[in-house]
Amino acid sequence: MKWDWSAVSDFMPHFWEGLLVTLQVLVIGSLISFVLGLVWALLMRVPSRWMTWPVGAVTEFVRNTPLLVQLFFLFYVLPEWGLTFSPLTTGVIGIGLHYSTYTMQVYRAGIEAVPVGQWEAATALNLPLGRTWTAVILPQAIRRVVPALGNYVISMLKDTPLLMAITVLEMLGEARLFSQANFQFTEPLTVIGVAFVVISYLASLLLRALERRLVH
Amino acid sequence: MTSGLWELVLQGVWVTIQLLVLSALLATAVSFVVGVARTHRLWIVRFLAGFYTEVFRGTSALVMIFWVFFVLPPAFGWQLVPLWAGTLALGLTYGAYGAEIVRGGLNAVSPAQREAGIALSFTPWQRLRLVLLPQAVPEMIPPFSNLLVELLKGTALVSVMGMGDLAFSGNLVRLALQESAEIYTYLLLIYFVIAFLLTRVMRGLEKKLKAGVTGKAPERGPEAELERPEVAGVGGAVR
Repeated sequence: MKWDWSAVSDFMPHFWEGLLVTLQVLVIGSLISFVLGLVWALLMRVPSRWMTWPVGAVTEFVRNTPLLVQLFFLFYVLPEWGLTFSPLTTGVIGIGLHYSTYTMQVYRAGIEAVPVGQWEAATALNLPLGRTWTAVILPQAIRRVVPALGNYVISMLKDTPLLMAITVLEMLGEARLFSQANFQFTEPLTVIGVAFVVISYLASLLLRALERRLVH
Repeated sequence: MTSGLWELVLQGVWVTIQLLVLSALLATAVSFVVGVARTHRLWIVRFLAGFYTEVFRGTSALVMIFWVFFVLPPAFGWQLVPLWAGTLALGLTYGAYGAEIVRGGLNAVSPAQREAGIALSFTPWQRLRLVLLPQAVPEMIPPFSNLLVELLKGTALVSVMGMGDLAFSGNLVRLALQESAEIYTYLLLIYFVIAFLLTRVMRGLEKKLKAGVTGKAPERGPEAELERPEVAGVGGAVR
């Protein structure tokens, strides 16, 4: 096994560009999944089967099918319907939508974990429904779900390389491009492999610290 | 779609299922070996097993697949058949997630059970086989079921390497027809059906295994989903 340090230093500029794209995808994708997941979770609480059944079926479908195929679907089918986005936008929408079906479960659990007494107190104080949600239920629910949401951010980080398949040049895309141009596969692929381990390890440390702060 | 194209899709289904079964077997073996090693009494064994899970859970499955396809052959002189390379990458990655499930399941068995095993002078192996695992395994089935669906979704990644699985055959059909909405809808439906069948099978398995253990398991409340952040990598906190 031979290891060429000069290939590593040649790859580094591409690596930083790829890292930037990966982080962009991660941040915007997380925001989409946080907002959309909350929307799904709230829609699932509408007391009508006409609302919960379709929302439940669609999210179940999205959760149980591969993100890669969903990305292909968005990438190839949306233009046929006259909607053209850049690959990066398509990827961010796809990954955010996919993960929103996971965060939805987390929000649901967080909302269900709010004690019934809180609901009863809101009723006793004659709070309107909107105020009950925004001032009583959601602040308590969201505090509980932050660590679990953070876990999905870390999983999402590990799914960002899938965007390479729809021509986004994130870390893996940059590594592949570089290896094919220079016929050096070992160094760039190992560098990004290590980068993923380091980033997700740091993120999990950060998350643990955040969790400790929120619990007390 | 013509029947020839359907045949292509069916071949893709077959490759996906083969890959799913093989990598699920490898992942199960890895999760039990590594998961049990994480509860070993020697710190070095625990450390190595912990290191393994951190590394394989830390990196992305797709990066691992690239690594197995492109770095292993020149570095060690191994050229694996694509099916085995895919199995290896997926099995090792998802096995690391499974190891966390096994560890959590073993830790959840009440300590009195372990102590009773020691009091009856069982060897560690007997304790594991006769006392801990029969109680822990039924509790592991729901998270393993989620992980299995994640693994099914993971098998689509090998299509990036040109392996002829379901996702890859979808791309071929798209190129043949110059039209993508239909084939990708079918593809998503097929994956969904397979995932649905898998969860059904796992639910049946859970019922069967639980029947062998006396005493009622505690119901999983909404809290359970928020409690286990460590497992939530891919297969964790859902449901």
